[in-house]
Amino acid sequence: MATDQLSKTFAALADPTRRAILSRLLDGSATVKELSAPFAMSGPAISKHLRVLERAGLIRRGREAQWRPCELDAMPLRDVAEWAEGYRHFWDESYRRLDKYLDRMKEQGNER
Amino acid sequence: MSASTTTLTMASDEEIVIRRVFDAPRQLVFEAHTKPEHLTQWLLGPEGWTMPVCEIDLRPGGSWHFAWQQADGRKLEMSGVYREVVPPERIVNTERWGPEWPETVNTTLFSEREGETTVTQIVHYLSKAARDAALATGMMSGIERSYDLLDALLRKQR
Repeated sequence: MATDQLSKTFAALADPTRRAILSRLLDGSATVKELSAPFAMSGPAISKHLRVLERAGLIRRGREAQWRPCELDAMPLRDVAEWAEGYRHFWDESYRRLDKYLDRMKEQGNER
Repeated sequence: MSASTTTLTMASDEEIVIRRVFDAPRQLVFEAHTKPEHLTQWLLGPEGWTMPVCEIDLRPGGSWHFAWQQADGRKLEMSGVYREVVPPERIVNTERWGPEWPETVNTTLFSEREGETTVTQIVHYLSKAARDAALATGMMSGIERSYDLLDALLRKQR
């Protein structure tokens, strides 16, 4: 995935309200009204969060003008999780090799 | 000894911290991290990569350049400049993976206790784009939540 898309996903996930919205959408699609119910927030404030999520590709919105139900799109989340895991994995694999290599360095040091 | 695990945590909005403990004295671990003849033997990530380029000018202002290659032709490059070099305790350097990637300032700390050495890498994001990314990567909760969401989603899809 392109770096800027990853950045958008990260930025979208950075907000607790937006994460709560995503969690809610795990249970299925919902309207703006349904999504704003748990929050002490105006409809426009929630809509603003939804636009950020939509631009990040994390949600899709229906086209019916009145309801525009939102649903989760999980692919970017998968990319973020893979990115973080890939980064950790790179170091973990390298460090496992370093464990063995340090043992060899210690042996060579003792022989000298 | 049983292999220690590598932890990745988000220390602040702009920092990723990677930590690992090694069963070896600090001097040795520091050498393994700073000499090309050693680095090319272990800093290889997942199976299948080699490190044909490992250039290190280990002094403040000196540059470094690493490149990896897979048998199928895939390549990965990183380079940067050393800002602080305090053997065998501490290295501060910039790092960039390529023109598309944001530059980071990485601090690597080596601390020894009872014959074991802890290596702590602090990856600090600087640029605006990276900061935005790091605002979220940097957010442990963001990553944890995205994992939680992913777990929940995968459970539902089963």
